Amino acid sequence: MSTKAKTILRRILITVLVLYVIFLLGPIAGFDVPSIAKAIQADPRQLVQFIIVGVANGAILAIIALGYTMVYGIIELINFAHGDLYMWGVFSSLTILSLTGTLTTKDPVHIIWGIAVALIFAVVFCAVVNVAIERLAYRRLRNAPRLAPLISAIGMSFTLENIGLIWAQQSWIVPSFGTTGGASQKDYPDLLSRLFQGLGYNVNLLASSGLGLRLTIKDLLVIVLAGVLMISLRLFIQRTSLGKAMRATAQNRDAAKMLGIDIDRVISATFLIGGGLAGAAGLMAGLYNGTAWWFMGFRAGLFAFTAAVLGGIGNITGAMTGGFLIGLLASFSDGYLNARWTEAWVFAVLVLILLLRPTGLFGEQVGEKA
Amino acid sequence: MLELKDVHTYYGNIHALKGISLNVEKGEIVTLIGSNGAGKSTTLRTIQGINRPRSGTILLEGEELEKLPPHEIAIRGVAQSPEGRMIFPRMTVMENLEMGAYARKDKTGMSDDLERVFKLFPRLKERIGQKGGTLSGGEQQMLAMGRALMARPRILLLDEPSMGLSPILVELIFEIIQTINKEGTTILLVEQNALMALSIANRGYVIQTGEIVLSDTAPRLKENEMVRKSYLGIE
Repeated sequence: MSTKAKTILRRILITVLVLYVIFLLGPIAGFDVPSIAKAIQADPRQLVQFIIVGVANGAILAIIALGYTMVYGIIELINFAHGDLYMWGVFSSLTILSLTGTLTTKDPVHIIWGIAVALIFAVVFCAVVNVAIERLAYRRLRNAPRLAPLISAIGMSFTLENIGLIWAQQSWIVPSFGTTGGASQKDYPDLLSRLFQGLGYNVNLLASSGLGLRLTIKDLLVIVLAGVLMISLRLFIQRTSLGKAMRATAQNRDAAKMLGIDIDRVISATFLIGGGLAGAAGLMAGLYNGTAWWFMGFRAGLFAFTAAVLGGIGNITGAMTGGFLIGLLASFSDGYLNARWTEAWVFAVLVLILLLRPTGLFGEQVGEKA
Repeated sequence: MLELKDVHTYYGNIHALKGISLNVEKGEIVTLIGSNGAGKSTTLRTIQGINRPRSGTILLEGEELEKLPPHEIAIRGVAQSPEGRMIFPRMTVMENLEMGAYARKDKTGMSDDLERVFKLFPRLKERIGQKGGTLSGGEQQMLAMGRALMARPRILLLDEPSMGLSPILVELIFEIIQTINKEGTTILLVEQNALMALSIANRGYVIQTGEIVLSDTAPRLKENEMVRKSYLGIE
């Protein structure tokens, strides 16, 4: 039997086994097909609602996943600190909203410029921090065994988390930060709803449609902003000279050097862009979900990492698609399976991909070593 | 034009180049022949700065290269069609060629050079929108050479352009190398196919386990008994 046939056979066996386990243990984790079907039949609008929430959260995950996948594509490092950088995006934007007095204002104009300043600051801040992390913790390990930078990344992750914890204790920055020693979840103000109400509009854009559905300004704004970011990134990578240099470096680093590409600069640029995206995602997630927590980067980071692997790590389209799929899965699990098991479902997906299709949905091996 | 003086390069503890000295004059084709693992590719990688020499000097028209990072060396006019071709598999032929011109400051001359590359390798023009990884071995070799030429280099380093190609294709590639040289590009050619290399080169060096053991004009090397035995397979 050829090795290819063997691989296929093995994958079929694993699939059967996994499906068996899912049906056996699934009900405990909420996987109960008849009751899910009944719930959907009883109120199909709810399903649409979960899809809307899933797409919005998925958009945020996709933006974070891009940072993982770009860095992996170029230096083959899983940057475990990336999720925590996103948490810094949440905190830094919240800090700016506090310092500009946007937290308490009802003036629509003030809210708009406050959010704009917070967005710009979070993007620039996280971009610069990410570049600094690469300089400090990864660059000198570039030629070390692959485990070394990975451990360094985990160390960076802990560092960022603990600084986040201290940050969350500073009530002089954000008044609510001081409560319970910083360890608890903090409120991130729902500024977009406040803005819309202040302007005299209904927060639910579909309120007058009679469909009985809820599509809020938050949903729309998050999805649109994520879409704009993804399209701009695509165009940047495809069209610009630096974007091409990034792809070249990812595909063959030595060849890129020989052609005159300063790969240190290209790698810094990659961290800069990935960090900026994490900052933007932080603001979006804060406004959308309404919480800021020093440990939130851990879960978001692992979800986004799963999304990147699902799409095919190193592949930009894959990270975007994976983000939306994981967002939908999490939302579906929260709604129909069992919210407590959402993380288990997401990581079950991660395990399945690694077992069945390690290259991910969009991963390609064509001509890799050409 | 290019001069190496007593260059030593290591891979970890392995002493790969044990004092290489050679020079290439403007307008020449110089070949470096030797068997597998003799240090041919390491020599080219050292000139390019990918591997750093532990000691010795590398001069390009009097300027020291050995302490510069690879991209600075490329900017100074050293281009290479590397071992294993190293084309970008998920970029199109056109994008690969564009990357070749990355180090150049005069972007205006690019279209002329593109035309020149397409004239030398009409095949590439037919494949212009195709991904590099989907090309045949011969086409990838053409692309690697075309990409290097897009830099309009002062010196072109060619690493085993004949590797893995059919005899007809090897003939074609070597004809093109001669054309490139006649159009004014200085070439340092590394080859295992010593017969082909010596038939187009002006001068040659023989490298064995990291040392130059012989150097002469190409016709004389072709007649040399040791070269005939070891590299040409003629008793």
